[in-house]
Order: sequence, then C-alpha cells, then structure tokens
Amino acid sequence: MNRTGTAYATWRDGWRRFTARKYFWPAVLACGLAFSIAADRYDFVDLYVQLIVIYVGINIILTVSLNLINGYMGEFSVGHAGFMAVGAYTASLITVHVLPQSVAAVGFPVAVLAGGLAAALIGFLVAIPSFKTRGDYLAIVTLAFGMIVKSILENIDAVGGPRGLLGMEKLTTLPWVFFWTALSVWVIRNLVYSNYGRGVLSVREDEIAADLMSVNTRQVKIIAFVVSSFFAGIAGGLFAHALQFINPRMFDIIKSTDVLIMVYLGGIASLAGSIIGAVIYTLLLEILRPLGIWRMVFMPLLLVVLMIYRPRGIMGLRETKLFEPLGDLVTERLWRKTKKEASDAAP
Amino acid sequence: MAYFFQQLLNALQLGSIYALIALGYTMVYGILTMINFAHGDLFMVGAFFCFLLAVYLKLSFVPTLLLSMLGVACLGVIIERLAYKPLRTAPRVSAIITALGVGLFLENFTLALSPYPKHIPPLLTNVTWTVGAVSISSLQVLVIVLSLGLMLILDFVVWRTKAGMAMRAISWDKTIVPLMGVSVNKIISLTFAIGTGLGGAAGVLYSLAYPVIDPYMGIMVGWKAFICAVVGGIGNVRGAMIGGFILGAVEILVAAFFPSTYRDFVAFTLLLGLLILRPYGILGRPQPQKV
Repeated sequence: MNRTGTAYATWRDGWRRFTARKYFWPAVLACGLAFSIAADRYDFVDLYVQLIVIYVGINIILTVSLNLINGYMGEFSVGHAGFMAVGAYTASLITVHVLPQSVAAVGFPVAVLAGGLAAALIGFLVAIPSFKTRGDYLAIVTLAFGMIVKSILENIDAVGGPRGLLGMEKLTTLPWVFFWTALSVWVIRNLVYSNYGRGVLSVREDEIAADLMSVNTRQVKIIAFVVSSFFAGIAGGLFAHALQFINPRMFDIIKSTDVLIMVYLGGIASLAGSIIGAVIYTLLLEILRPLGIWRMVFMPLLLVVLMIYRPRGIMGLRETKLFEPLGDLVTERLWRKTKKEASDAAP
Repeated sequence: MAYFFQQLLNALQLGSIYALIALGYTMVYGILTMINFAHGDLFMVGAFFCFLLAVYLKLSFVPTLLLSMLGVACLGVIIERLAYKPLRTAPRVSAIITALGVGLFLENFTLALSPYPKHIPPLLTNVTWTVGAVSISSLQVLVIVLSLGLMLILDFVVWRTKAGMAMRAISWDKTIVPLMGVSVNKIISLTFAIGTGLGGAAGVLYSLAYPVIDPYMGIMVGWKAFICAVVGGIGNVRGAMIGGFILGAVEILVAAFFPSTYRDFVAFTLLLGLLILRPYGILGRPQPQKV
C-alpha cells in the first residue's frame, strides 16, 4: 500500500492544518476542563474511575518532569520521589496546620504551589553538585538526596515521623489535576522548544561542545532541575490530597523506580512518550489488579522484553506533530513534492 | 573503650558483607560499564537459597554456602545471557532500566512465592568468647574471615591469573581485546558468575548474621553496596572493598553514638560530602573527557 498516496497526504495536510489553527489547543483544553468540572460536579463518572484518572494525571506530571532531566538532559536522576515528598509534606502542612478549615478549599492551589516552590528550592540545591559530577556519580547524588529526604522526614516528630501525616481533606479533584497536568506539559513543552531547551539538549549530546558554543551549561542545568523538581513537588501536593495520608515510606526508592519505568517505557526525550508511558503503566497496573501480586511479576518482565526489542521505549526521541512547534506547512508540502518527484524520476 | 571495640567488630562484620556485594557491582561495571541494579536482589536470592537448602534439605553450613553461591552464579549468568547480552550495543540507559526491571522481577517473584518473612535456622553453634570487656562471637569471626578470604581469592584471580588478565584487558579496551584471541563472551559470563556468586555468599552470611529474611531485603542493602562501590571508585576491585568497610564503619558507629534513626541520614550525608571532595571515588581515576 502506498502510504504517501494523494488521499492520505490530503487528509494529513487537512489534519495538520486543523491542529495548527490558533484556537485548536485552547478549544481542546477548554473542553477537557469543562468535562472534568462536569464529571466532578455531577458525578456521572464512577468515583473509582475518577480516582484512577487522578492518579494517571499525577503520574503524567511526574513522568513529564523527570523526562526533562533523564530524557532531554541525559542525566540519570533517581531521586524524583524525594522532590515529590518535599512537595507533598509542604502542601499538606499548609492545608492542615496553617490554613483555617473554612478556607482550605480556596487555599488548596496556594498550598500546592507552595509545595512546588519548596521542591524547586531543593532542586536548585541538587543542581549544584551536577556542575562537576556527571553520569553514575550524579545518579548517586540524587539517590542519596532521596534517601536523606526520607530519613529527615522520619526523624521530625512534628510531621508524624515514620507514622506519617494525616488530616488532609480530599481536595484533589479532577479539574485541578487536569489543570496542573496541562500546565506541566505546556510549560515543559515550551521550555524544550525554547532557546534554553535547546541548551538542555546540547548538554545531553556533548557538554563540552555545548560549553564551547557558549551555552551556559550551569544555568541550563539549574533551570532543568528547578523546573523538574517544581512539578514533582506539585505532583506530590496533589498526591497527598488525593490519598489523604502520607508517610515517608511512600516516597522511597521504589516510587522513584516507578517513575523511571514510566519515563523509559514511554521513551526518553518525548512528551507524547511520557504521557503514553504514564497512562499505559498506571492503567495496566489497575487492569491487572485481579492477578494480585503476579501483576508485579508480569510488569517488570514486560519492561525487560520492551527494552530488548525497543531499547529507546515506545516513542524514544520522537515526538508527535501535535507537540512540535508549528512548521511551515507550505515548505513542508514543497519538500514532500520535491521528494516525490525525485523518487518518481528515479527508475 | 570496650564499647568502641565492640562496635568496631560489628562494623567489620557489616562492612565485609557490604564489600562482598559491592565487588559484584564493581566487577560488572569494570567489564561492561553497566550498573547491574539487579545485584542487590541476587543477594536476596542467595539468602533465600540458603533458607531452602537449610530448612528443606537440612544441609550443613559448608554445602549450603557453596550451593547457594553456585545457584546465584548460575542465575547471574542466565540473566546476563537473556537480558543484558542483547543490549550490549544499545544505549547505556536501556541496559540500566533492564537491570532495574530484572531486579523488580526477582523481588516480586520471590514475594509471590513466599509472602512472609522467613527465619533462618542457626546453621552453626554460636560460641562467644570474652576478651577483656569485648565479647566476640564465633559467627562474627566466621563472617569476617570468610569474606576476607573470598576477597583475597578474588584479588588473586583478578591480578594473578590469565582469566583475570583478560578481565582487566576488556575493561581497558573492548575493541582490541577480541582481536588478541580472548573470548569476550566467556570472560563476561565468568565475571558475572564470580560477581553474583560473591553476592550469593554475602546473602548467606547476611542471613546468618541477621536471620530474618524477606524479598525486599535486597533493595536497601543493594543500593548501599552500590554506594560503597562508588565511594571506592566504581570499576576498581580494591576500592569496592575499602568502600564497603567505610560504609559499614560509618553506619555502625553512627548507630552506636546517636539515635539509630539518624543512621541513614548521616551515612548518606557523609557520602555526599565525600563525593564532593573526591568525585571519582577514593581509588578511582578521573577520566579525561575527549573532545
């Protein structure tokens, strides 16, 4: 079958022109937001399904933000759960202890934002060792950071120590999850295609060459770590208020491994891949729930097989056109036409 | 003072087990530049082999140790052949993720088969000697002496035998060595067998010293052993031993003089400090980056 046939090309051009319209993304987002508000308000979606969707959204935020460091910047960070813990504890402390009960619902976005900012501050501190150490040694730094966060939280009695923290109301609703998920994907997508984002990619490809080409690698690393940890903190705040209970053990190395698996399952350096990875992993774990513990045996096997046959993950290093900056449709059509003529001219 | 020596002995015991596991990480890294994150779980499998052999077959200590080492070594070679070999030319990070996946698989498979923590029966009669105010148990001496013996044998293999020379050659230059008539696949299998076999031995010794085992015990110990390997300079066999003893000493001494909940915090903070001072580990050499 000739996939470059005229009908297909016309259809594809039409679809691309449609998605390239100025109002395409605002319309999609508005529909999504309206649907999530309606689902939350009128409960026409099963509560269990709502909860799963909330977890999917939180996992998308985590995966997309970790992809910024592990995929786009090419480092190997193993401490993402640590940032999440900082965000979760900060946000929960604000809603439980700082804000009075009556304004908790209104103050929730502020609390989540504060969680994100606290995590971003910590992310800034973790970025400093990354100036000198790279690769496996930076992996150790992030790993140690994750363990230190967990062990500090276990030793502070004011936040419940190893018993954990409870008393949060169920403030994480579908609209908020939708809002933060869309925001994180939007911000990271814009960052990646901005000048700074090109700097992040250049650090992955060759740091020394990037330095010589006057990329400020330190600044780039700080930006990547701060943005990534900010959204991890946001995800933590949402997670805490969805589950209404947190303890330090939830944010240990197993949680970080989960996020890593979602990133590499979906594919590094790909936003679409991150979303696919997070959705597939979260949903598969739910669908296979009847298998009990055997699903946890099955999932790693799936991952190993996937890595052997598709080492870069499902979407590795590729992106859907939807997330790419709008190309010049005319140029593209001309290019395709020239290519077609060249292939027709060839015997 | 006696308290200090007592804790030093405990530190030696824990440190020698860490060192045995760290050796597996560092050997595999030296030869494949790949971090085998499943190694901590192979250590756990070693402990479970010990449980099976000791409880169901009622074997005594020496055959249990040898059979567990053999079993874990075979498992390590099989994992290398099935999961890591197809990825030798793939990007490094996919090999790491595969290793994480294999580790998760081992943990959860063991958990599915044995959901409850198991208690290891005492395989040896434990005798306690008292020297001054310090009491020394025969088990501690056994763990320390056996680990040191295994490390000496390994050191001999790596530095004095032909296979060891081939290992060092492969870690030096992977493209030239096959041209010199060295069978790279065989040497890699051998490295995996030795490294994971040492991990299995560590599993047996650990389960004798701390006799309650569960499927998730390998995670924390594995990551800590990995830290030992990095502190010593990853890829460096002697560095891994030093790193193991350092971390063992730090953990035990912190737990001895502070509340024991601060153990991980202080250990990891020290690790961060050390990495900032010597980013390539104690015995590691900074590798010049080529432009």
